[in-house]
Amino acid sequence: MASRIGALIPALLAGALALFVLAPVLAVAARATGFALGPADWAAVRFTAAQAFVSALVSVTLAVPVARALARRSFAGRGALITLMGAPFLLPTIVAVLALVAVFGRAGVVNQGLGLFGMGPISVYGAHGVVLAHVFLNLPLAVRMLLQGWQAIPSERFRLAESLGFGPAQMARHLEWPMLRSVAPGAFLVIFVICLTSFAVALTLGGGPGATTVELAIFQAVRFEFNLGRAALLAAVQFALCAVVAVLGWLLVTPAAFGAGLGRQALLRPPGGWRRGGDALAIGLAAAFLLLPLGAVVLRGLPGLDELPAHVWAAAGRSVLVALTSTAVTVAAALVLALAVARGGRGAGAIDAAAALPLATSGLVLGVGLFLMVQPFVSPARLALPVTVAVNAALTLPFVYRLLLPEARVLLSDYGRLADSLGLRGWARLRWLVLPRLARPLGFGAGLAAALSMGDLGVIALFATEQSATLPLVVQRLMGAYRLEAAAGAALLLVGVSFALFWVFDYGGRRYAAV
Amino acid sequence: MLRFDRVVLAQEEFRLSVDWELPAGARVAVIGPSGAGKSTLLAAVAGFFAPQSGRVLWQGADLGPLDPGARPVTILFQDQNLFPHLTLAQNLGLGLRPDLRLSAAQRTQIDTVLERVGLGGMGARKPAQLSGGQIGRASLARALLRARPVLLLDEPFAALGPALKAEMLALVAEVADETGALVMMVTHDPADAKAFAALTVLVADGLAHAPAPTEALFANPPPALRAYLG
Repeated sequence: MASRIGALIPALLAGALALFVLAPVLAVAARATGFALGPADWAAVRFTAAQAFVSALVSVTLAVPVARALARRSFAGRGALITLMGAPFLLPTIVAVLALVAVFGRAGVVNQGLGLFGMGPISVYGAHGVVLAHVFLNLPLAVRMLLQGWQAIPSERFRLAESLGFGPAQMARHLEWPMLRSVAPGAFLVIFVICLTSFAVALTLGGGPGATTVELAIFQAVRFEFNLGRAALLAAVQFALCAVVAVLGWLLVTPAAFGAGLGRQALLRPPGGWRRGGDALAIGLAAAFLLLPLGAVVLRGLPGLDELPAHVWAAAGRSVLVALTSTAVTVAAALVLALAVARGGRGAGAIDAAAALPLATSGLVLGVGLFLMVQPFVSPARLALPVTVAVNAALTLPFVYRLLLPEARVLLSDYGRLADSLGLRGWARLRWLVLPRLARPLGFGAGLAAALSMGDLGVIALFATEQSATLPLVVQRLMGAYRLEAAAGAALLLVGVSFALFWVFDYGGRRYAAV
Repeated sequence: MLRFDRVVLAQEEFRLSVDWELPAGARVAVIGPSGAGKSTLLAAVAGFFAPQSGRVLWQGADLGPLDPGARPVTILFQDQNLFPHLTLAQNLGLGLRPDLRLSAAQRTQIDTVLERVGLGGMGARKPAQLSGGQIGRASLARALLRARPVLLLDEPFAALGPALKAEMLALVAEVADETGALVMMVTHDPADAKAFAALTVLVADGLAHAPAPTEALFANPPPALRAYLG
């Protein structure tokens, strides 16, 4: 009997998740005023699609020479650089923005350099600033996905090509181009989706008629105009936009495995001549583009770290609490769903779809929907933190789930029958089989979820008051008040805590992982 | 008594009919070409493969509704018989209590059984530190602890050399004697069948033939067996 009830848990969980994602959409649809978008709304839709397209295109295009150089060259620090390419995924968006302002802003090194040549200052704000930030955040992701593609080409293939006397041009035509044709569209689509729901970047660098995303327009409609009908309409549009692209992505893209097997040796005989210089240039420029802004945050933040206002520390405490709670929820839910789907049987397809469902929505869509739902009963501001926890948990769940699913499948095919034949189930199965064997992906997934939640600046902006602000929100507000020293100090704290959370979980998982 | 009551095992193109019974405590070799369904036959007893029709009964009771762990069965697979992340003692302990809340008496029991199969003092080791033969013995030690009345061997010793395999079969015989278990052993090797099993079941052409005395069967093989032996 107990096992029959146990078998229901994943189905109930999947149902609850679907409800949590879809009910706000219904609330939004019910509240939307008419179905006519105003000119400003159309501008937001156009800008959202255009900036996502350009950001994805630039990221993937720039990633090609960098990934190729990394794939075929060996040099000191290659491993460290590849690892570093994973870091921006964990970097809180608001910190990335601050870093870019430090380098490309009015007082940044770039404008100082331009000034030396008598050229006028460029501005980091506006549409091009939004694209710049998106490329900064997503170029590493594109590089990692393409690098994986390069390394998935069997080395026998390269050896065969060398033995046939292929030059670099033939290599590119027969080996590299076919790989890119299959991998690059996936990378493009993933980045396109990420940029489609961009909020923090648009909030800080965009705004105004030429650079407002739908996500930002939703926020403004709620926060500044208090026009809930318009916010609801925009949220419905955003959901439609995301859902279409998410379904496309789910169908077309095989997920990028993080970290796995990227350390493979470079080519034995990489091409020389001008290609050598070109590769060095690609790697050097990419490293500078990624490292300089981060270095700038550290340099600026360190002095400010000493005299952080007290409310920054309070916000940091709240953020850690939010991150840990939503991580616990996400990881537990993702594990239950992944185990159920790995086991297969009736309903596995539906559970799999439910686990992917949050990809079809966005933080602000969920936020506005929940806002509308709770508003008649309780002041939304009082629920700021619980809502943030729930939204963060739902939005990170697909990532953690996709990380766990293949591992759960392996676990089941290797040891499922043995465990069944020994009558290992319930808590005993979790304790003696699942946790030890999945510790590594669970730790990595928890680290990812914690860092993403820690750095998230989305739905909290909609609900928060002074008393419930999280650390990313405080950074944004300090930035908005032009207290850049304090903002940099708080940003440094935010990065430190985010990376520390990731490291603790990931290391803990690897440490606990069985042979 | 293990009874196959008009059992049909089917999956896509595959189909196997079984309709006979085995006395408790018998030792039976299951022989036949690859893909004929030897492992599937064992899986049906262990609870990993539900028959399309018919019932598998132990002492008159239908095994159908029982989960694999609740069946009167211990099965040894071709590999992965031990959890690599648990120590040998823990792996054996799972045979006594799946939640591993072991009493002092049970711990002593584990040590005794380890001693018995020649792994004395190795309780704290992980499977990766053991040889293939030692892993086989540890799996049999757990079968000894579980003492279920049916022991299914799905070629767990296939990867061992001839001398080690003979040693394992001798140990299986000991375990079977001690627990009084009915043993069904899948094998490719007629020598194994002759050395170990009084009865042999030939699985070929969609049919699990009724068990026949091993000596007589190999002395005068029917056409299907002759085709397999070549």
